[in-house]
Amino acid sequence: MGKETRTVIVAGVGGQGILLASNLLSEAAMEAGYDVKKSEIHGMSQRGGDVISTVRFGEKVYSPIVGLAGADVILAFEKLEAMRNLPYLKKDGTVIVNDYRIDPLPVASGYMDYPEGIIEYLRERVKTISLDARQLAEKAGNIKTMNVVMLGVLSKSLDIPEEIWLRVIERRVPKKAIEANKVAFRLGREVAENAEL
Amino acid sequence: MKKAILSGNEAIARGFWEGGGHFANAYPGTPSTEILESMVQYPEIRAQWAVNEKTSLEIALGASFAGARSLVAMKHVGLNVAADPFFSASYIGATGGLLVVTCDDPGMHSSQNEQDNRWYALHAKVPMFEPTDSHEAKELTRQALSLSEKFDTPWLIRSTTRISHSLSIVELGEREEVEIKGYEPDFEKRNLLPVNARKRHEVVEERTLKLREFAENFWGNRIEEGDPSIGIVANGISYQHAKEVFPEATFLKLLMTWPLPDELIREFASKVKKIFVVEEGDPYLETYLRAMNLGVEIIGKEKIPMTGELNPTIVREALTGEKPSYFEIPKIPHRPPALCPGCPHTPVFYILKRLKANVTGDIGCYTLGALPPLSAMDTCVEMGGSVGNAYGIEIAEAMRGLDPRKKKLVAVIGDSTFYHSGVTPLIDLFYNNGITTVIILDNSITAMTGHQENPGSGVTLKGVPGRRVDLEKLVRGIGVEHVYTVDSFDMKTLKEVINREIHRNEPSVIIAKRPCVLLPQMKKRKYTYAIADPEKCTSCTLCWKLGCPAISVTKDKKTWINPDLCVGCEVCIDVCPVDAIYLADPNADNARKAGEEVLGWVKKQEQ
Repeated sequence: MGKETRTVIVAGVGGQGILLASNLLSEAAMEAGYDVKKSEIHGMSQRGGDVISTVRFGEKVYSPIVGLAGADVILAFEKLEAMRNLPYLKKDGTVIVNDYRIDPLPVASGYMDYPEGIIEYLRERVKTISLDARQLAEKAGNIKTMNVVMLGVLSKSLDIPEEIWLRVIERRVPKKAIEANKVAFRLGREVAENAEL
Repeated sequence: MKKAILSGNEAIARGFWEGGGHFANAYPGTPSTEILESMVQYPEIRAQWAVNEKTSLEIALGASFAGARSLVAMKHVGLNVAADPFFSASYIGATGGLLVVTCDDPGMHSSQNEQDNRWYALHAKVPMFEPTDSHEAKELTRQALSLSEKFDTPWLIRSTTRISHSLSIVELGEREEVEIKGYEPDFEKRNLLPVNARKRHEVVEERTLKLREFAENFWGNRIEEGDPSIGIVANGISYQHAKEVFPEATFLKLLMTWPLPDELIREFASKVKKIFVVEEGDPYLETYLRAMNLGVEIIGKEKIPMTGELNPTIVREALTGEKPSYFEIPKIPHRPPALCPGCPHTPVFYILKRLKANVTGDIGCYTLGALPPLSAMDTCVEMGGSVGNAYGIEIAEAMRGLDPRKKKLVAVIGDSTFYHSGVTPLIDLFYNNGITTVIILDNSITAMTGHQENPGSGVTLKGVPGRRVDLEKLVRGIGVEHVYTVDSFDMKTLKEVINREIHRNEPSVIIAKRPCVLLPQMKKRKYTYAIADPEKCTSCTLCWKLGCPAISVTKDKKTWINPDLCVGCEVCIDVCPVDAIYLADPNADNARKAGEEVLGWVKKQEQ
């Protein structure tokens, strides 16, 4: 077990299953014997705003949040949110980004443009794993498993055994969605195995 | 030992249960809401939603009179509402343990200010605990119950967003069963006539001396020996940030932050070369330490920001000057929260904007009507503020010798906010011959904080039927004659009624009614969606001005409706002047039909 505290920022848009994903991550880390802290913001963000959840684990974790350049991994469910949170990533950190676009209101109502080439922008600066999690979730048989696909990718770079992940998934997702979520997790994990960093 | 990952709020509820808590009530408010929601799982606790923070504290105090261990929870500004009984409760004390939980919101994630409620402890002379993680939140809550009885005082538990909404590992304990003693009158203690209150004030001062002594030896206040060159005093979440940055330093960790332990502070000061006071918000600890003349250099708010939240990076930079090396990004579109697709508030704000009304607003989801493109709300002050604010503008305009109707004044307030504190200003306006129009947005739920039941929904926190308040009868009962309940989606009627009433020389109340689109009975259904025909769309921009998240603009400036987000409410169909928008399947269920069914259900309940 690593002594150093690891920090994952899970970022996306309200309704994308961010809080469930960060709950699964926290439980898996606890079950693997780590001290864990997780922080998130409710309230206004439930109305389609951006949502971030920070999960930190290690031998002993003090603060539940990090500031600028504080996170080891950004797990972004939407690509604009990956970019938004880049200042919070350590310079040698990793971005795992779902190549998926949700227009924020200023874009949808024509006041601003959605930035082009976000994935390339990220790749030029930092270790980046990009994937189409929506497509993989469809392949797993349930579009709602997008968040677990993302966790599958993340899981490869964390020191938490695969069987713990699967146990936590079994415990936490609705019964009839367990199989789809397990498939989704493995599909995500394969992405990380094949990724060239 | 059984362990669980709990949020600070869940841990407070757990601590109350373990400590033998009997009764808890609260008005919802971020970041405190989940405390009461989490109480529902404990059958031994009677938990219920209150109409506002003042009533919640009064009821809890009454339960304490009868010996029940009681708790109220509220967001920081809620304690302003409950301040009156809070100060009195300090004089009266606690027969059954009485806990007041305040959850402050540094950084204003979901609040109108970042007031620091630690001053309330000092001000009302009520002892205060501040946990630094979930386990402490549970333990302090549990122990405060018996301490409250022992010292005969209400006890303040002060949390912040990052305590309430952070999860950490908690060791779970068993429940201590405590009997409710039952009500016995105690006139001299509980009737604060001046003759009694004078004596009670003396009791409070004696109690404070005993509490000071207790704070000196309390397990939660302690020196953590380390490098003597830096001494850090910290409370709440700031302790964790500071510990992260300076793990080797000598710490004075304070879980009880009123009254403060003078001797312990002096002992700490004698061990270190200089003191950093790391606290979010006001210089509460710093002011106290400076006044003690400790003879050691103290560094506080000249380095640590007074505004916003702290985090380890900010603490490090403030105290060491070390700047983080991070990726700077160009300006990108922000992602503000928005009213949902199918939200019944949208057409109301759309109409108010078209009528060029001057709108005073209030606290709730509908405050989002202030943001572009709706931009239909000028003010948002505090819970229930809209009605009085609009009436005040009316008075000043009339005093200029003008007809205030020319200002098209409208106060907009949600149903839950109206019950909370909108009724009394409406009585004021009615009594003093005001004429301002009040629109109550009635979606029959407390939506913003996550769909809590309220007096208009007719269901209690525990999910059992409660009595329903009839909003229209309530308003008519005050004496307002012009009361109109209008379907929020009937834009033609709504526009006519609003336009007529803002020009009326008498007070009027318009109840714009539709169930929240996120209500469980609305959300579980499958809806069709609307399609915009690009051939017919003239790019007139009217539907874009609804600010509906499902509607976006294509590259060639045509309307496009996202079928994944659209719930088929038909509001954009009504707004479109060229009939370019239509339902994918006009025979399928949509949010409009579903809302009517739910409304029908509500109407049936009313009879």
